[in-house]
Amino acid sequence: MREPILTARDVTREYAPGQGCLGVSLDVWPGEVLGIVGESGSGKSTLLRLLSGQESPDSGTLQFIDRHQTVWDLCSSSESDLRYLGRTEFGIIHQNPRDGLRLRISAGGNIGERLMGVGERHYGDIRAEAEKWLAEVEIDPSRIDDRPAVFSGGMQQRLQIARNLVTHPKLVFMDEPTGGLDVSVQAKLLDTLKRLVHDLGISVVIVTHDMGVARLLADRLLVMKSGQVIESGLTDQVLDDPHAAYTQQLVASILQVN
Amino acid sequence: MRRITVSEVSKTFTLHNQGGTVLPVLNRISLHVDAGELVVLSGPSGCGKSTLLKMLFGNYLADQGSILIAGDEEEVDLVSAHPHQVLELRRHTLGFVSQFLRVIPRVSTWDLVAEPLERRQMDREEINERVSRMLRRLNLPERLWTLAPATFSGGEQQRVNIARSMIVHYPILLLDEPTASLDARNRDVVAEMVQEARAQGSALVGIFHDDELRGRLADRLVMLEATQCV
Repeated sequence: MREPILTARDVTREYAPGQGCLGVSLDVWPGEVLGIVGESGSGKSTLLRLLSGQESPDSGTLQFIDRHQTVWDLCSSSESDLRYLGRTEFGIIHQNPRDGLRLRISAGGNIGERLMGVGERHYGDIRAEAEKWLAEVEIDPSRIDDRPAVFSGGMQQRLQIARNLVTHPKLVFMDEPTGGLDVSVQAKLLDTLKRLVHDLGISVVIVTHDMGVARLLADRLLVMKSGQVIESGLTDQVLDDPHAAYTQQLVASILQVN
Repeated sequence: MRRITVSEVSKTFTLHNQGGTVLPVLNRISLHVDAGELVVLSGPSGCGKSTLLKMLFGNYLADQGSILIAGDEEEVDLVSAHPHQVLELRRHTLGFVSQFLRVIPRVSTWDLVAEPLERRQMDREEINERVSRMLRRLNLPERLWTLAPATFSGGEQQRVNIARSMIVHYPILLLDEPTASLDARNRDVVAEMVQEARAQGSALVGIFHDDELRGRLADRLVMLEATQCV
């Protein structure tokens, strides 16, 4: 049977008393999109940084199983092991594309750099793959030599997605991927993300404060408050039949557009 | 074959942000549905018909009791199932036709209806064939196919929703007023599709406010008592 690829148990990182991430346990299953929702300061982004090895927990365990069935203990992995996983198994999509892109090198270079990171050396192949991925995220491939600094916010975000997915990572972490974008651009990006996640069969952990985004992308949801997971379950179940007082408040605050 | 077995299921909503109001909606409900039959839930407004239907889909959680769903492979109790088991049931066993279309904005009607087939890795030609047949059958004009349904009329959106939910065969199909905003002609088309699903062996549970339609479709009525609130 299938088993979780990422397992967190009692993961804690406390910045100040009650601040950060306090004793969180979760599993990420192959091919699923796990949403983490909660208000600002509830510890969502901290949790994401812990899960992706960008930060180490004070206590708790984190276990990841890679595509070769190798089991990694992320808490005791060396810097170079974590960098290796970051290049091969993980993708990280930041809220601000400027944090995830290299603005001074071309769009094609941004995608190619990740391919070179996993050992690709043939220039023609790399360029062809970069062109393919630009088209995949609906950026005109003729812009391949332009620097992302001259792209719009939506294009930068799509380029960041291409840069991350080109190496077919197994697990992608997203922190508010549609956060800074125009509503009209968000919808298109969500559609692209949903399609790519499904086609590539990757697992995703996505942090968002937008319940609409959570409903459309996530299979399961975790609700965080004050550093702890207070409710979890199927996305539509948590949103339509919330049990915790805080979740009820969160759901009741959604603006109904239709 | 018994597809759904509900035993002693209760459901209470606690509204924490409205003074902790407790709303008991269902109290020890039991029912069963076999393959090839259509059970209609009836009773006065507010008696919990929709709540029960949503619990059969795993959308609402029951407080107690059990809801056994028999797929072709295995039987799962929705009350204690892991979310992944529920998702798996929804992929192959449980279909739900709601009154509302909830989809990513700006995705075309065609793509929305094709999606369930694509997820089953059907080949392109068969997908195209089935999607266009379905859209024609529900009288959705071809000029709408490439458009996103956001600007469609209520009835048109409802038909996109029905097309999307009924394009694959589910052993269990749950119907929450599928004909609510449809005109007589389209209502008849949907009634026909429901009867076909039953003829193909689906176990169906539905809510229909239209008396005529209910009389025409139901094999059995299950009466829910008015809320047991005191």
